[in-house]
Amino acid sequence: MLSATRRTLILAAFASGLALPALAFDPGEVECIAPANPGGGWDFTCRQVGKALFDLGIVANPVRVTNMAGGGGGIAFAYVVSKRNQDPHLLVAASTATTTRLAQGAYVDMSPEMVRWVGTVGADYGVIAVAPDSPFTSLGDLMQALAERPEEVSIAGGSAFGGWDHLKVLIAAKAAGVADVTRIKYVAYKGGGEALTALLGGHVQAFSGDISEVVGFIEAGQVRVLAVLAPERLPGKLADIPTAREQGIDAIGANWRGFYAPGGISEEAYDFWVEAVRQVYESELWKEVMAQSGLMPFARFGAELERFVRQQTADIEALSREIGLLK
Amino acid sequence: MDILALLGQGFLVALSPAHIALALLGCVLGTLIGALPGLGPANGVAILIPLAFSLGLTPTASLILLTSVYYGAMYGGRISSILLNIPGDEPALMTTLDGYPLARQGRAGEALALSAVASFIGALFATVGLMLFAPLLARFALLFGPAEYFALYGLAFAALGGIAGRNPAKALLAAGLGLALALVGYDTTTGVPRYTFGLMELFEGIDFLIAIVGLFAVSEVLLFLEHARGRAPRVPALGRITVPLRVLRRCLPASLRGTLLGFFAGILPGAGASLGSFLAYTLEKRVSDRTGSFGRGDPRGVAAPEAGNNAAAGGALIPMLTLGVPGSGTTAVLLALLMALGITPGPLLFAEKPELVWGLVAALFFANVVLLALNLPLVGLFVRLLALPAWILMPTVTLVAFLGIYSISNNSFDLLVMLAFGALGYLLRKLDVPLVPIILGILLGNEMEDNLRRALLISDGDWGVLVQSPLAKGLWLAAAAALLAPLVLGRLVERRRRALFERGS
Repeated sequence: MLSATRRTLILAAFASGLALPALAFDPGEVECIAPANPGGGWDFTCRQVGKALFDLGIVANPVRVTNMAGGGGGIAFAYVVSKRNQDPHLLVAASTATTTRLAQGAYVDMSPEMVRWVGTVGADYGVIAVAPDSPFTSLGDLMQALAERPEEVSIAGGSAFGGWDHLKVLIAAKAAGVADVTRIKYVAYKGGGEALTALLGGHVQAFSGDISEVVGFIEAGQVRVLAVLAPERLPGKLADIPTAREQGIDAIGANWRGFYAPGGISEEAYDFWVEAVRQVYESELWKEVMAQSGLMPFARFGAELERFVRQQTADIEALSREIGLLK
Repeated sequence: MDILALLGQGFLVALSPAHIALALLGCVLGTLIGALPGLGPANGVAILIPLAFSLGLTPTASLILLTSVYYGAMYGGRISSILLNIPGDEPALMTTLDGYPLARQGRAGEALALSAVASFIGALFATVGLMLFAPLLARFALLFGPAEYFALYGLAFAALGGIAGRNPAKALLAAGLGLALALVGYDTTTGVPRYTFGLMELFEGIDFLIAIVGLFAVSEVLLFLEHARGRAPRVPALGRITVPLRVLRRCLPASLRGTLLGFFAGILPGAGASLGSFLAYTLEKRVSDRTGSFGRGDPRGVAAPEAGNNAAAGGALIPMLTLGVPGSGTTAVLLALLMALGITPGPLLFAEKPELVWGLVAALFFANVVLLALNLPLVGLFVRLLALPAWILMPTVTLVAFLGIYSISNNSFDLLVMLAFGALGYLLRKLDVPLVPIILGILLGNEMEDNLRRALLISDGDWGVLVQSPLAKGLWLAAAAALLAPLVLGRLVERRRRALFERGS
């Protein structure tokens, strides 16, 4: 752990916008692994945060981004655990997809404790939406239909069965008291866009996705969002959308974006990265990036994120067991 | 005209010196990326995204650069298809069927020039279509639900007979092999991994780029190794490097038909350029092949798929811009770029960001002209590649294939998969099994299965849903026609060929 004085010193350095003092851990040449092809969400996380780390002077050299696709992030996870476990100059982009796959055992022989969870830089909140002319006017309406006549309602989403878009429906249904969630018809698409097209074309009755995927369609009046799965209403022009919570359904679905680091790094290095990501998150520069890309506030750092990830994987594991994905 | 005024403004945006330079750069890079086996348009664009970021380009400038790369790759893919029988990327697959035989006959230059013109026609009309009808056509894409997609893929497989060649059983075997390979990976409908043997590397299925490079490029090298001993390096006649006007005129209808099919296939998310060029080729064979010349070096067999895949590239931009739904792998990457730049494509993009949309349209026109101007004179240079001794050419192909595949994922496992496909391709070639249906099986099998299961899930297991809508009915009728046509026409063609043969002798 950092001593209290050093922490104060570092925080002072942050406050004054200076680079870290020499006595802190030296990040050196930093690499960020995006466990997917360029252009995806993890790639975005690495590139934007990497740029911010350098622009804010937190690291002295530009951050190198490596794309390591495969296994839904599992290839990179296993690679970091087996080959780079001691490397303190490495960050790996992660999101809810990472914890979902860890919880469902998709990363063969891997578990969340094998790495150090560093911090988040925001989240994309889940939404459940319908066509403008849909008979469903509230989340409660939809949930009632899912409970009473599940064969008549198909919900499209951009992830596989048991993936995050599916889990959000299940989380909401459980919170609404739907007794048998296994009968809910979830139609899996390759991406949120394709799933949304199915809704617009009238091929399915509802859509489960993230707010960033539907923003343009809300403004054009092409979809109606029944609820956003956020703790409170979203800022700005999205403030009209009711939360699930205010409709009496206590469901939160935050697709967070953040990082993990190798499991074998020193406490000094770990603390450095926790503070570094926190500093990026709190900077004005990052607020602009968030506004531009539609990211919403979501802050968990260090031990707090480790606890959160433990809880999230446990929840997802239980849910996956219930729908028969895990035996 | 409103549109002309908007387009005029678009040209003002696009034709600033910086943008012209970027479009030129994009065209050259794109052609190169397309021509190198293992680097397709999607990877090419993805690899260049960091460049757009590090240059600090504006959204419009980034989009101009990367769509030029995209169009360029569509042009470039044909080069190695024709010269080496190795598709530079998956949409150029069909071009091997007649392009390579043409090259073997010493007509490589002609095939290259012709395909450049066909590409130009396809891209030009697609860009016009994009400009005039984008919002309208986006609605067309919405008509396609899971049942209609399934019928569309059914049509594609029914048309497979069109490329079966002399032995339909072997083509069927190859397609079945492709379909089986498409099963590898986790299943989206149940979330369960299939045939992954606990290997995370197989979790996302088999990347068809790896399959293509293995099947075509690596097996080519293996065949060469077998024959190399004691054989003089082949130097086919280079032939002329221009197309006779007569051939061009004969290929114009083929190009236009290919354009139309490719364009509509491009608009449909998930179908894209590969399906476009495939349908363009098989339809063209059905319509025009009176003497069984397709597959043996018919110029129309080059023109149709090349017009098709370039038109599909333009078509695929429509759902991306108007719905925010990518129509192909490459547009998925472009979409991600736009989002990263803070632009959310969708129904409002045309109204909210006209300078971006019209600048892009103008840039596409510009890039297309540049590509034609670039490609025609370069044909001579490309053709000279064939004169390279095989001991230089083959190691270079191997090197490029390994580098290209490794650069995608930074994972050596993919190289092993590629080599396995190379061995498989070598074996199948020895057995005279066509390779193209395997790729089609991998490429289309996944989508076909997913859509069937989506349709049945939505209908609660009622198979009737598959033929419910008029659109689905129409597609199945077309599929039936495509399936039965060879039985009827085949005899006709055979009789005519015999008649020709007798007259000739």
